[in-house]
Amino acid sequence: MLIFRHQDGTKIASPEQIQIWMKQTMDWIGGIAAQNKFVEGNGLPFDDAKVVWHNNVVTNGPFGEIKETLGGYIIVKADSVDEAVEFAKGCPVLQGEGNSVEVRRHTRH
Amino acid sequence: MEQPELIPHLFRTEFRKITSVLCKAFGIENIQIAEDIASETFLAALETWTYQSIPPNPSAWLYSVARNKALNYLQRNQLFAQKIALQVKQSDPGKEELDIDLSDQNITDSQLQMLFAICHPAIPAEAQIALALRILCGFGIEEIANAFLCTKETINKRLFRAKEKLRTENVNIVFPGEAEISNRLKTVLTTLYLLFNEGYYSESQDTVLREDLCLEATRLTYLLIENEKTNLPDVNALLALMCFHSSRFEARKDRNGEPVLYDDQDETLWNYELIAKGAYFLHQASHGNKFSKYHLEATIAYWDTRKADTKEKWENILQLYNLLLQIAYSPIAALNRTYALSKANGKPEAIAAAEKLQLTDNHYYYTLLGELYTGIDNEKAIDHYLQAVSIAKTNADRQMIQQKIARLTQEG
Repeated sequence: MLIFRHQDGTKIASPEQIQIWMKQTMDWIGGIAAQNKFVEGNGLPFDDAKVVWHNNVVTNGPFGEIKETLGGYIIVKADSVDEAVEFAKGCPVLQGEGNSVEVRRHTRH
Repeated sequence: MEQPELIPHLFRTEFRKITSVLCKAFGIENIQIAEDIASETFLAALETWTYQSIPPNPSAWLYSVARNKALNYLQRNQLFAQKIALQVKQSDPGKEELDIDLSDQNITDSQLQMLFAICHPAIPAEAQIALALRILCGFGIEEIANAFLCTKETINKRLFRAKEKLRTENVNIVFPGEAEISNRLKTVLTTLYLLFNEGYYSESQDTVLREDLCLEATRLTYLLIENEKTNLPDVNALLALMCFHSSRFEARKDRNGEPVLYDDQDETLWNYELIAKGAYFLHQASHGNKFSKYHLEATIAYWDTRKADTKEKWENILQLYNLLLQIAYSPIAALNRTYALSKANGKPEAIAAAEKLQLTDNHYYYTLLGELYTGIDNEKAIDHYLQAVSIAKTNADRQMIQQKIARLTQEG
């Protein structure tokens, strides 16, 4: 599983810029799917995000100290962690300084 | 129409109707009896019409002979008749005795129900296609063998096994219930899609036969559209795809029957009526909020009907392939996506993507690499084309690649 952490794009970029990122992301995923390595994926919009804390305290947004937070994920079929890391390196999210892609093994696959 | 042409024509259109109705009446386990009675009916027509004049309404004549033969068969085989009558009573208690109803409505219903029975998930796809061609399209065994490029014996065996399977699985000839329909429809659409592709991409040299396969697949898909319950977005999308592809029949072959590549096709030979129909069904398919691979493929096929090499076209095609590959990977879609990538984002990016595909047993893979390297590194392009020639399976493919090599060598 490749988990993207980044800033809320709608706060820092124009709609045109976001459209470019969207295309880059679609092309990146399409490239993985063309190798028959794509399983599924989803975006996690920042709107209406809530965090439920200990004692049922609810706050807006998951945002604490850091600006970068979970923005989406894809699940890929990779023969090794190294292969998954290679896929992750192409992720357009990484163009933003401070952004990251976390690579995690999925127990069910 | 002269008689020598009349009978084959009627055979194609009426055999399947009679067989479906009889099979519906007798139950799937008696599919062979239904087929035999339909065949005997045509034999009777051949004998009678040769010596007497052709009846004014040949179809009605065939129906009445088929009906009599079926009822005679029941009389002669009381045991069989009792079994069938029992089944009829169980499924329809109001009905007292078995009748053979060859009305238009029952013909359509029976054919649709047979389509669902034949496309049962328990039957292997290959056998489904052969059965569909025989029972629903009225193809002769020889024609089916030609389409699949194999012997009549192989087809007969395949049909026999498929019929056995229908019997042992106890498949009913009924319209699937509300809850089941979308699931069962998936298998039906897959079979129709494969049937169409068999005609469209087959390596069989028989052009007429190949077009017939496509037409039959289209006709059966249309049968689903005509029924309210199966007139669903995915079905419309599949029909749109078939219309767009079929629009290029004329242009795909030159006078000698050799394939003509898309870029070299004469657009005035494209069938614009079919393109318009495709657009209509694609529009119908856009109701609802779900999309299938047929929606994506139909939309790609729509862009293929617009020859102008615009940035917009290739960007759209690229994004459609990006989505298609996520829900239905296939090597050919991966290769086409990479070609679209070169048109939308440039060759260097496409070369990097192509080299990750590693479809090294596919000659189209090397043809694509040859295409991508052309103008960037012609020597590498030629190397890839040579690799493609060495694994290409047909002469037509080899010739096409050789021409590309020749063009590059002349330039170099």
